[in-house]
Amino acid sequence: MAHPNLLPELVPTPDANTVPVVEFSHVSIGFDGKQVLQDISFTAQQGETRILLGPAGCGKSVLLKLANGLMRPDSGQIYVFGEEMSTLPQNGLFRLREKIGMVFQESALFDSLTVRENVAYQLRAAHIEDATVEARVQEVLRFVELEHTLDKFPSQLSGGMRRRVAIARAIITHPELLLYDSPTGGLDPTTSATIIDLIVKQRDVYGGTSLLITHRLQDAYMLATHIFNRATNQIQRSPNNEINQKTTFLVLNNTHVVFDGTLQELQCAEDPFLKEFLS
Amino acid sequence: MEIGELLREKILRVQEYVLLSVEAIVNLFRRPLYLDDIYTQADIIGVGSLPIVILTGFFTGGVLALQSSATLSEFGAKSITGQLVSLSMIRELGPVLTGLMVSGRNASGMASELGSMQVTEQIDAMRALGTDPIKKLVTPRVIATVVMLFFLTIVSDTVGTLGGGMVGTTMMNLDASQYFHTSYQALAYPDVLQGLIKPLFFGLIIATVGCYYGMSTKGGTRGVGHATTQAVVTASVLIIAVDFVISRLMLGIFGG
Repeated sequence: MAHPNLLPELVPTPDANTVPVVEFSHVSIGFDGKQVLQDISFTAQQGETRILLGPAGCGKSVLLKLANGLMRPDSGQIYVFGEEMSTLPQNGLFRLREKIGMVFQESALFDSLTVRENVAYQLRAAHIEDATVEARVQEVLRFVELEHTLDKFPSQLSGGMRRRVAIARAIITHPELLLYDSPTGGLDPTTSATIIDLIVKQRDVYGGTSLLITHRLQDAYMLATHIFNRATNQIQRSPNNEINQKTTFLVLNNTHVVFDGTLQELQCAEDPFLKEFLS
Repeated sequence: MEIGELLREKILRVQEYVLLSVEAIVNLFRRPLYLDDIYTQADIIGVGSLPIVILTGFFTGGVLALQSSATLSEFGAKSITGQLVSLSMIRELGPVLTGLMVSGRNASGMASELGSMQVTEQIDAMRALGTDPIKKLVTPRVIATVVMLFFLTIVSDTVGTLGGGMVGTTMMNLDASQYFHTSYQALAYPDVLQGLIKPLFFGLIIATVGCYYGMSTKGGTRGVGHATTQAVVTASVLIIAVDFVISRLMLGIFGG
């Protein structure tokens, strides 16, 4: 059953079409003398879902942390909502992060707090009144279909449930930008499919922009070819097998961006690395 | 090249440690102050450490009385055992032993707790959710450790002097009234001041070192183990070194 209260009206800001939500411009970063990302440039426009693909250890997670200001680049500029993240002071970063939700690789739930406290964390920190917090917590937990776990601790949940709580925690403030760091990593195929369904639902219900890392190509294809049907509350193939033009791909390899485009372009790519990667 | 690289890394770590400590202290004057976390930590550090501090204080006072009265009696000065015990406890052993005990118990606890949070990305998650982890995790621990170590030291001094008295009267045939009289009379304000200033520094060392090693943990669960060990070793060595410096300074200021 669809929940009408979960469907906020999206009011695009006047410059939504001109200023990209995320823009990387010639970004490089390295650790301990080893270059991890080299001269990375790409943009994510309002309402776009950008899927980051690439072999393990190619710096995808680092890229996501850069987009959230958790790391600073060695060189280059990162603009998020038009503000330059790489030079913003701490206070500015915290202000900007109010509009960004992040789902971490291993969920990163606070293990000393219950599911309710984890999900409510950001609202509690903002001193929002209890009744509102409780209603919002219930709302997002219903969205991820985990309303029965309110008083459980993360250690009492399965991996897939923890991932869903992490998604609930990230979306409670209805952020304009969502960063998913391998949301299906380490999960079995069935659970992965549930998580991807949830991400498709999030994209089609709340809208907003997202960057998503995945190791599983089928997840990426699913995101590009499926939509959430509000009437049936189910995920289904896009009508006429249409490919979502706002779900685009970024492939990283060996510190560089090797592909930036849509699913059709990716499937037609001639690059030998891409061909092997996709096979 | 190898030595230069190593030195550079050590200096970098010291710099990181100093920056973290300064920020934790500056946060004392910035809102929000997480009172709940301060109380929780004060309970863990203060109340939790009480049994070990009482036990070590008691037996240290006892062994001091035992050893010193035997030596003093050779010079016919057994009657000043109380003076020796109370001065040693209050100036040196109370603060240092309490510091070492709390360091073993809590610097390790902080390093492992924050270290686990670091390797499971909970610290990053906290940042991503708009909370400054230094303000939320480090500053409450610093406040709680400094305040509680101060009071734990007073407990240790008291129990130590009492322990010395008990051992002295029951095992060394000392007169109880004489023991407590000399222990009280021997004390001057500079002695008490010295004994109470030290725990403030030791508390700061324990919390900042514990938190620094926790926050800078790398390399999974093995890293957490390493951070824990390093935190206790570094905090303990620093406590003893800083104790020497403070003692020397105080003797310089008030005369010995």
